Amino acid sequence: MQFDFSSEQKELQTSVRRFFTDNSPNSAARGVLESTAGHDESLWKKVGEQGFLAAAIPEAQGGVGAGYLELCVVAQEAGRALAALPTVSSIYQAAEFLMAVGTPEQQAKWLPRLASGEAIGTVAVTEAAGPLNPKAITTRVTNQRLTGTKLPVADGSAADFAIVAAKDEHSGISLFIAELAADGVERTPVETVDPSRKHARLDFDGAVVEPLGAPGEGLALIERIRDRAAVLTAFEQIGGAQAALDMARDYALQRFAFGRQIGSFQAIKHMLADMYVSLELARSNAYYGAWALSVDSDRLPAAAASARVAATQAYQLCAANNIQVHGGMGFTWEFDCHLHYRRSNYLALALGGPSHWEERLIESVRVNPALKAA
Amino acid sequence: MNFDDTPEEAAFRSKARDWISANAPRELHAGLSKLGFGQSDAGVGDPMQAAKQWQKKKQEGGWAALRWPREYGGAGASAIEQVIWQSEEGAYAKLGGAFTIGLGMCGPTLMTWGTEEDKRKRLPKLASGEEIWCQLFSEPIAGSDLAGIRTRAAPEGDEWVVNGQKIWTSGAKESDWGLLIARTDTGVAKHRGLTMFFLDMKSPGVEVRPIKQMNGDAHFNEVYFTDVRIPDAQRLGAVGQGWTVALTTLMNERMSIGGSMPTGFDELLNYAEEIETEHGRAINDPRVRSRLASYAVKATGLQYSAYRSISALSRGEEPGPENSIGKLVAGSMLQDVSRFALDLQGEYGLIIDEKLSPDNARFQRMLMRSPATRIEGGSDEILRNIIAERVLGLPADIRVDKDVAFDRIPTAASAGGR
Repeated sequence: MQFDFSSEQKELQTSVRRFFTDNSPNSAARGVLESTAGHDESLWKKVGEQGFLAAAIPEAQGGVGAGYLELCVVAQEAGRALAALPTVSSIYQAAEFLMAVGTPEQQAKWLPRLASGEAIGTVAVTEAAGPLNPKAITTRVTNQRLTGTKLPVADGSAADFAIVAAKDEHSGISLFIAELAADGVERTPVETVDPSRKHARLDFDGAVVEPLGAPGEGLALIERIRDRAAVLTAFEQIGGAQAALDMARDYALQRFAFGRQIGSFQAIKHMLADMYVSLELARSNAYYGAWALSVDSDRLPAAAASARVAATQAYQLCAANNIQVHGGMGFTWEFDCHLHYRRSNYLALALGGPSHWEERLIESVRVNPALKAA
Repeated sequence: MNFDDTPEEAAFRSKARDWISANAPRELHAGLSKLGFGQSDAGVGDPMQAAKQWQKKKQEGGWAALRWPREYGGAGASAIEQVIWQSEEGAYAKLGGAFTIGLGMCGPTLMTWGTEEDKRKRLPKLASGEEIWCQLFSEPIAGSDLAGIRTRAAPEGDEWVVNGQKIWTSGAKESDWGLLIARTDTGVAKHRGLTMFFLDMKSPGVEVRPIKQMNGDAHFNEVYFTDVRIPDAQRLGAVGQGWTVALTTLMNERMSIGGSMPTGFDELLNYAEEIETEHGRAINDPRVRSRLASYAVKATGLQYSAYRSISALSRGEEPGPENSIGKLVAGSMLQDVSRFALDLQGEYGLIIDEKLSPDNARFQRMLMRSPATRIEGGSDEILRNIIAERVLGLPADIRVDKDVAFDRIPTAASAGGR
């Protein structure tokens, strides 16, 4: 058993971390948060040049073809750096949909450009409050023309295309690729809890689309791709949780009250210990998810759900308690604590919220007990 | 990243599997498999006899004390081979409870600090289960504050004379030998005045009194020492070095306890599939599923953390303080899981009579045993301190007894209290 990243993957982690430290300080995420920019464009360009996010895209499709473990390593560092990038939309989802069911033409058109960062893709599913279900989807495609509204769509303003879930003449939900600069598409920014990863409202009024994957199989496909994206997102979450824990620890060492470092009080020490425990449980679950993703295991649904549930818990706990350790200063706009608080709550809901993943976890554990290694 | 055995590991696993299927007491398997956390009757007749037989057989077959060198009764196996053995031994490992402390803590301490003669004399008998060991550390006044112990060892010729009292000693009644930490100097700071010994539990002046626990069992004991004589040759480490020796023991305790803790999750999941509620089987109730999911990620998180530790171990890295999370998470989870299972049973959940209660009172017994898990071998609070200080690098607690001679440290008595 070697349940860990290899030494080459750890070297990659060191260099990716150095890259993000140099190119994406917290001030960069804050810059996006405080502006109308969709994402950190110069960082996205550099990341594309480095090939970091193309790790799991095959060379033949313009990627690096390294593998999913490498992409997990990159995701963790992107999360740690609060990178204001369309990773979840473009790499963990859009590219995955195309690799899974795209036609050779669709793959050739988009994958090399997603791999290099020249193009951004996203996924447009949600229309109303509540968990994903077919009844909540009213968007419709007739004669290859799409009509309806999707909201909120991550990176909707910046994306070149969206994979849209809609109804057509088939029963069930089908998926379509909509180019967003085309006629019949209107994009409006939407204010969300984490403006360092922007969202938009997409209004389609007869926009031309092409089908993606088998008709009527949209929801099953979304589930399948979300399992993969869940593992990668979990790595962003544990990266963020680690950064929030580090911030809290550093502040507890530096801040004095009652004549001593606040980190010497057990109330603070134990809070930080609980954050660490939560993070380590999440990290171990995420590693298992990474393994399942990298070998395409039939345990992926259970592994992905475990990774996701644990990572959401850990990041939300670490981000909230980081503010608590900082006291009043943690509640200011000036301090960076809210960047993690925002990000943790955005990532919690991206791909479906905690209760969705809890449900999926129990469903898949019953089919395929996750407690057994392999 | 993989879970596959290397060819050598696979060969070891199949050898272990074959040996177990040829030698294990198969007639006990069903009872042992059913035995839940906090339950003591596996229906194996005399448990000590069954335990000793299995341990002896394992040692003769070369499967006991796997990581110890052969000359001390072990098998000279690697860390990863031990893990493979544990997974193959499965339910039969429950027979070995009486040897856990000896094999996991006392043995390794003797291995590090004992003389060659001690090691050759004592360790093989420990490995074969012929001799049982206990750990005489905690005292009524010193649990979490272990370095505050008061049992005195005074030198007399080439012997030490011991007086005092230990408590929470697991298996002291059955033990042949004990690892004893005692105070040899009260005039220096508390950590510096301690010395480690091992002694024959049949020595005159040793009196063992079982403690009736809140769950009705009597696994722990008080041990009284009245002018007990220990040869100086049975001292481990230098006089005054006892704290350093104790840290060897405690580090091994962390590994042997934290490695594979039960959490109650598997039992709860199985039970939720069985019990009928107003929504049909409990597993179909979304509230139950949500709770199960939260438990599931803790259970898998611990299991996969253990895999990470095992991988680090097999690369030759030392077990570190991060292993403290195992017991910290599992202890309160056992308590939580058992309360939740009782809640599913409604008022019927009150029944702890194994003949009447659903699932042999499994969860009721778990409820009544789990408070101890959160205390023994380092309380939740001590474990959080360890994580905060040794993993996260936060300052140690401010201690009013630091650098104060032991006999000047305030106590309840000196403060005019009880």
